[in-house]
Amino acid sequence: MMPRKTVVEGSMAVAEAVRLCRPQVISAYPITPQTHIVEDLSKMVADGELRCEFVNTESEFAAASVVLGASAAGVRTYTATTSQGLFLMFEVLYNIAGSRLPINLTCANRAVSAPINIWNDQQDSVSLRDAGWLQLYCEDAQEIHDFQPIAFKVAEDPRVRLPIMTMMDGFVLTHTYEPVELMDQELVDSYLPAYKPVVKLDVAHPLTFGAFAQPNTYHEIRYMLNRAVMGAKPKIAAAFKEFNETFGRDYAPFMEEYRSEDADVLVLSLGSVCGTIKDAVDELRTEGQKVGLVKLRMHRPLPKAELRKALDRASVVAVVEKDISMGQEGIIATDVKSAFAGHDGPTVLSYVAGLGGRDVPVPDVKKVFKEAAAWKGRQAPDDPIWLGLNTGIIPEVQ
Amino acid sequence: MADKLNESAVTEPSSSPATKTGAWRSQRPVVDLDKCIKCYICIDLCPEGAISALPEKGGVQVDYDYCKGCGICASECPQKAYTMAPEEK
Repeated sequence: MMPRKTVVEGSMAVAEAVRLCRPQVISAYPITPQTHIVEDLSKMVADGELRCEFVNTESEFAAASVVLGASAAGVRTYTATTSQGLFLMFEVLYNIAGSRLPINLTCANRAVSAPINIWNDQQDSVSLRDAGWLQLYCEDAQEIHDFQPIAFKVAEDPRVRLPIMTMMDGFVLTHTYEPVELMDQELVDSYLPAYKPVVKLDVAHPLTFGAFAQPNTYHEIRYMLNRAVMGAKPKIAAAFKEFNETFGRDYAPFMEEYRSEDADVLVLSLGSVCGTIKDAVDELRTEGQKVGLVKLRMHRPLPKAELRKALDRASVVAVVEKDISMGQEGIIATDVKSAFAGHDGPTVLSYVAGLGGRDVPVPDVKKVFKEAAAWKGRQAPDDPIWLGLNTGIIPEVQ
Repeated sequence: MADKLNESAVTEPSSSPATKTGAWRSQRPVVDLDKCIKCYICIDLCPEGAISALPEKGGVQVDYDYCKGCGICASECPQKAYTMAPEEK
């Protein structure tokens, strides 16, 4: 079979992959904040290229509720959203996870209000890390294309039964044209068989999803949800392995290590900025500096043991991320530190970078590597470090 | 030994009878049948349907598996036949 390598917009690469996965119900709020993903999918349905119920709704709350109901009825379901749209879905997304429904959601990472800002950062999806959704981050259009069948396969595994989000940076990936090797329908069909729900809504055998649970069972049901999220890790690894074998790719499931094997100073990051960081690493390597990148792919479940293994040899790890827990630091930085709690490990620095679409160019990344080296053997500061902060426009504290 | 939960936490329909909401109660209504005149207003007003007429001899009984102890019966009884007693655990 000839691979169909072509130049497509990132959103179209997702839509094409979702089409190949044969979802039966897609629901979305069709206007801002939204991407071309669902626009492309709705055209495929209208043109008869995809046999699927496409439900336009009046809000993201309703869109998430439609896929919740459809998934409980036992069909393969998909939705996509971004920033404020994801936030409007919040209550339903917790319900979906608690009901153990294998919905696949693509989140185009965009900044959250206020102030209003449509550009890329990752505050939206990172804020949803505690809900019980599996979370995978992508660097480029090829990854977000390839991760769709992986997402459905993991989510629908009867031993997993969890919703999953794949993340792509808004505009940087959603609206950019890139060469992508599109998957073949026959291979996708062999990799991803039709969805067989373990339990489903059925008028002949009624069931209640998300029923009332008193204090004598709620605690245990939440325990089971966390056990399922933790337990998804080997299933995710297996799904990536089978994908690599089927499609001839070479994805490491939890994180990608780039020139990091002998690195003394590492940057850990996620999303499209990793492309820029790789360029910075290459430039610094030619100058003889021992630097590298660990690109985090899976944020939930958090691969703590693998993080320790990947970061342990470095003296300093600078976590560069486009989100912050206000009053704390970058959320991924806290997670990385948690992997080393009680262990000897590197100094972990929290860099907050690129919020609201602020560019993170190669010179800024090189500056991070240079600054980070100076923290070798020292206690990291309590406050996060803000990359590229224009202090000239910030008024004094009143 | 309670039944095991299932992985998706789905339940069969009619889950309410299985859910003994009486555990929420902080006070329980206690009826004095000598004062009861069998008007059955309390049966109509109980929001939980937890009060029923006693078979044969008449009067009322409270199903403490589901009574949440709201006290509407005690408040509305024209005979003041109900007293609210603290629930002791």
